[in-house]
Amino acid sequence: MIASLHPSLLFFIGALLLWVLPLLGRRILILLVPAAAFLIITQLEPGTYLSYQMFDFDLNLLRVDKLSKIFGYVFTINAFACFLFAQHLKTRYEHTASLAYIGAALGAVFASDLISLYLFWEVMAITSTFLILARRTERSYAAAFRYVMVHIFGGLTLLAGILLQINATGSVAFDGFTLQGLPTYLILIGFLINAAAPPISAWLADAYPEATVTGGVIMTAYTTKTAVYTLIRGFAGWEILIVVGCFMAIYGIIYAILENDMRRILAYSIMNQVGFMICGIGIGTAMALNGAMAHAFAHIIYKALLWMSAGSVLYLTGKSKCTDLGGLYKTMPLTMIFGTIGALAISSFPFLSGYTTKPMIIEAGVHEGYFWVWLILEIASAGVFLHAGIKFPYFVFFAKDNGLRPGEPPKHMLLAMAFLSFICIFIGVYPQPLYDLLPYPVDFHAYTFEHTLNQFQLLMFSALAFFMLLPLLKRTRTISLDTDWFYRMGGRLFINGCDKVFNGINSFGDRIFMQELPKALAHFAKDPAASVQKHGARLLAEASGDDEHLARRLAEADHRTQFSAYPIGIGVILAIIALGIMSLFYFLL
Amino acid sequence: MKPEEKKPEVWTWFDHPQNIKRLRIGFYILLALLVLPDFFIHKHTLFSSIEAIPGFYALFGFISCVVIILISKLLGFVLKKKEDYYDR
Repeated sequence: MIASLHPSLLFFIGALLLWVLPLLGRRILILLVPAAAFLIITQLEPGTYLSYQMFDFDLNLLRVDKLSKIFGYVFTINAFACFLFAQHLKTRYEHTASLAYIGAALGAVFASDLISLYLFWEVMAITSTFLILARRTERSYAAAFRYVMVHIFGGLTLLAGILLQINATGSVAFDGFTLQGLPTYLILIGFLINAAAPPISAWLADAYPEATVTGGVIMTAYTTKTAVYTLIRGFAGWEILIVVGCFMAIYGIIYAILENDMRRILAYSIMNQVGFMICGIGIGTAMALNGAMAHAFAHIIYKALLWMSAGSVLYLTGKSKCTDLGGLYKTMPLTMIFGTIGALAISSFPFLSGYTTKPMIIEAGVHEGYFWVWLILEIASAGVFLHAGIKFPYFVFFAKDNGLRPGEPPKHMLLAMAFLSFICIFIGVYPQPLYDLLPYPVDFHAYTFEHTLNQFQLLMFSALAFFMLLPLLKRTRTISLDTDWFYRMGGRLFINGCDKVFNGINSFGDRIFMQELPKALAHFAKDPAASVQKHGARLLAEASGDDEHLARRLAEADHRTQFSAYPIGIGVILAIIALGIMSLFYFLL
Repeated sequence: MKPEEKKPEVWTWFDHPQNIKRLRIGFYILLALLVLPDFFIHKHTLFSSIEAIPGFYALFGFISCVVIILISKLLGFVLKKKEDYYDR
């Protein structure tokens, strides 16, 4: 029976139950749900279950293999830690969004066909938006709006790709894609948007730092790593991903160095780390894919730990800019230690989790003879230590003391951070249990003397560079322009442009056709004969240069029309001229 | 703010200049110790014989970081804007 119980179901039921339970019940429930889901996943046997029919296709909600299981494990472990961290929240709203979001992420990971995947994909986009909205600030509302727009765009790209793919192959199966063409490219773009791959990457650093304290912690794990999972499943060995991954690894570092907001620094380091994973997926060998999965596992844990330490600081001080923080080790030493463990783990410091996972990807690239991949990923490894390993703890907990004396966060937050720190150290010291979860046999030894020494050299001399160039890294009260500029300022320019062009045409038309032309016509029509004569008199005066008789002629014209004192002959001549013109038209044309 | 509001304990270890000095000296000794074994062990290379020179990874890490910081600094002149850039 348990073999076909879907772990997502617990999260969705939990999200509903939240609305009938009292506070204590809710606090227990949010811990119970991920724990139970974890247990269920351990009991799942490989195979596909829970089939249903839609649009005449046989769909399966639950595909169990080592790839889906490892993501299931880390998603539920991380969910447990996140909800432990979020125990202080009394509102139902945020927990509901979180549970539904994590449930949808699990659903996407276990879905065995493109249609089920797409449905969960969209639920994730919508539920996660509420974690940004829950901050209830003007900035967060705007960021949430941009976030959901980007994800709707990504979702529609994915949907278009899926529909074309089904049309082309007649199959809804979600396995490794082999055909290169518009359908698979669209699916790839849809996945890459959720993985925060440039150029549509800025949504991550734009939205996550505007989320609530706990929402930020939860969001870091699921959207991008679900995308990593789908890329492993669908696009392993697509070489374009190597380029994308290398670019992301460097891009994340440079922006993280420019940033002032601590949670934005961590957001950019997500892109950097996901870059490593995507690079591994592009390499596509058994070792590279193992590395990408193991690194995703380790990354989710230490990233949540980092966001928790930053979240504690934000929760207690209400500040998140490096220029406002500093010197916090004085009253939050435990938070500082946990944050530093996360920072060292992300830098793949020996004896912490990053070190037993990330080098697998680099070594896989070396085995394939990719010199440039090795070079860029090693540079990026040094850069990670720079921006996340030292910069984050240094500017938040040390550096200039801004006089903040907040004290340690509540016990449940410390407990959650201690739990994740333990996992970081455990995987770093004894990675074998993690390696056993990987789909392919692992032939990788992190702890050779030479390799460990090389890594220590790389990191410590990066630290030297950091402290030597510290004046260049001084924090400034600035933001950095990213590709969201194009839809933030671009949108504004578009609206301003439309405003200028179309409203310009409108007011021009209004002035000419509604005001001046009728006025001129009315003036002319008031006394058309006099107007024509006066105009003729003026032209005559101008041509002959003789103004002497002008005033008299004008007065005469007025006099004639006023009293209708025209000789009859003039009317006859005008009639003949008009007839002449008409006959010309008639005979010639 | 919190129910158990009390004055938090204040640590000041890093505020003392002599501690910072000790840390710095320890750090330099550590750097030297990390490069030292390179002179005595046989190093494997991946792509080029340059990797076998003692302290290759130390140099690699240092230069990478200097380059990254300089590039970021240069890009910063273009990309960094005042915080109210989007609010204007």
